[in-house]
Amino acid sequence: MQMRLQETPVLSVQHLTVRYGEGCPHCLAGGKLEKNRCPKCGTVYAANDISLDVYPGEVLGIVGESGSGKSTLMQSLYFDLEPTAGQAFLQNFHEGKKSIWEASAAEKRHIKNTLMGMVYQNPIRGLRMDYSAAGNIAEKIIAAGSRNAGQMTERAKELLSAVEILTSRMSEAPRNFSGGMQQRVQISKALANNPSLLLLDEVTTGLDLSVQARVLDLIRKIRARYGISILLVSHDLAVIRMLADRTVVMLDGRIIEKGLTDQILEDPQQAYTQQLVYSLL
Amino acid sequence: MAILSIEHLSKEFYIHNAQKRIRSCQDITLRLQEGEFIGIVGLSGAGKSTILKCIHRTYLATTGSIVYDSLAFGPIDLTQATEREILYLRRNEIGYVSQFLHVMPRTTAKEHVMNALLELGTDSAEAEARAEEMLRYFRLPENLWSLYPNTFSGGERLRLNLAHTMVKQPRLMLLDEPTASLDNKTKVLVKDMLMQLKEKGKSMVGIFHDLEFMDGLCDKVFNISEGTLQ
Repeated sequence: MQMRLQETPVLSVQHLTVRYGEGCPHCLAGGKLEKNRCPKCGTVYAANDISLDVYPGEVLGIVGESGSGKSTLMQSLYFDLEPTAGQAFLQNFHEGKKSIWEASAAEKRHIKNTLMGMVYQNPIRGLRMDYSAAGNIAEKIIAAGSRNAGQMTERAKELLSAVEILTSRMSEAPRNFSGGMQQRVQISKALANNPSLLLLDEVTTGLDLSVQARVLDLIRKIRARYGISILLVSHDLAVIRMLADRTVVMLDGRIIEKGLTDQILEDPQQAYTQQLVYSLL
Repeated sequence: MAILSIEHLSKEFYIHNAQKRIRSCQDITLRLQEGEFIGIVGLSGAGKSTILKCIHRTYLATTGSIVYDSLAFGPIDLTQATEREILYLRRNEIGYVSQFLHVMPRTTAKEHVMNALLELGTDSAEAEARAEEMLRYFRLPENLWSLYPNTFSGGERLRLNLAHTMVKQPRLMLLDEPTASLDNKTKVLVKDMLMQLKEKGKSMVGIFHDLEFMDGLCDKVFNISEGTLQ
């Protein structure tokens, strides 16, 4: 008698579609697109019927070129843009029974502040450059409802040490920091309220290699230490190889392939994935 | 019931840009009983590694089934299991050693071995002690333990790989030429370790280019070109 692994995903995205344009009978009925664009009416499908699950403690990698829909997915999850269709369930939001895209404004703030953490490619989007590093973390803690200054300072110290920022620099503004340091402060801010899911959008893109290695190493440690689930978007297969347990490949707004990361890298099935893997340095 | 039953396994690769279909192993049928060690032999290119990679699910089988009798799930077809089930089995029951080493940047040799235990929930003091014991066993010089393995020689990497897998004492071991770049002294150590695991009732499918190494270790030899078990 065979048993199956019983697990509830931390995040379950179902049939996410983000459409720019009204659509026409051709594309709305699922007719063929030219890349991600309808040849009849010009409507663009930035994300097209995307479904995926992230399980407790795992890193799910999402790889694809610019315009494949990776960031559209992330921005939809963090409410930076509004999906046209689809649902997303977080296990710790209404026990996974209500889609986060049907949440009220107050509920959305709660989700962003305490249930999920987001780290953007560009730290300007995630940090207040003129607050202090500790102030950035405090802001997040206050948003979650805490008012205890002493506790906040302690927490800021703990988080900044976890991302290897000297506490002697915690009252400095991130604008004085290097790119790699800014990224680490952004990660600590995202972790401020112990979210169960961390969204990482091209967090090492644009950093030089040694700094990149440090950030990747940090992400690995954070995962081990906090048991947090991570959705990791990158166009860089080397980053995915190092961190992701499973990987989803996107092209033209769709998921074209998914599998265990080593399987995607050693036995890619789709033409695009093969091209990507054969280009890996 | 056999711990592993491979039935009519075939693997083909389709390379899109060349529009070519490449055949690797064809119609493999193989049964491994619990506690048994099987060595696979055959010419290079015959698909020996392919069989191991299909069992480990690094490759997707084209046809056929690979039923593993799991402690957690009972009999489970590894070609059909979910990705999460495979990850669970890799963590808890099935170990794979290849000649190649992938490590995280800025992870020392000792941390690499410890991580195998930490991800099973072993506490860090015990993980450290067992990792050290394993590194010592495979004679990886102690002054290398705190270094990043990027600079290691082929033999050092292989020993690190072996330590990383063996520290968990996996129930089913898949070994892809684990002695390829080792000196004779280390080979003997690897063989001794495998004999110990055999005595503990573990099972193994391995590829060894060295027939002498298999002598006394493997209960049966599977010749892939003939598709027979001897």
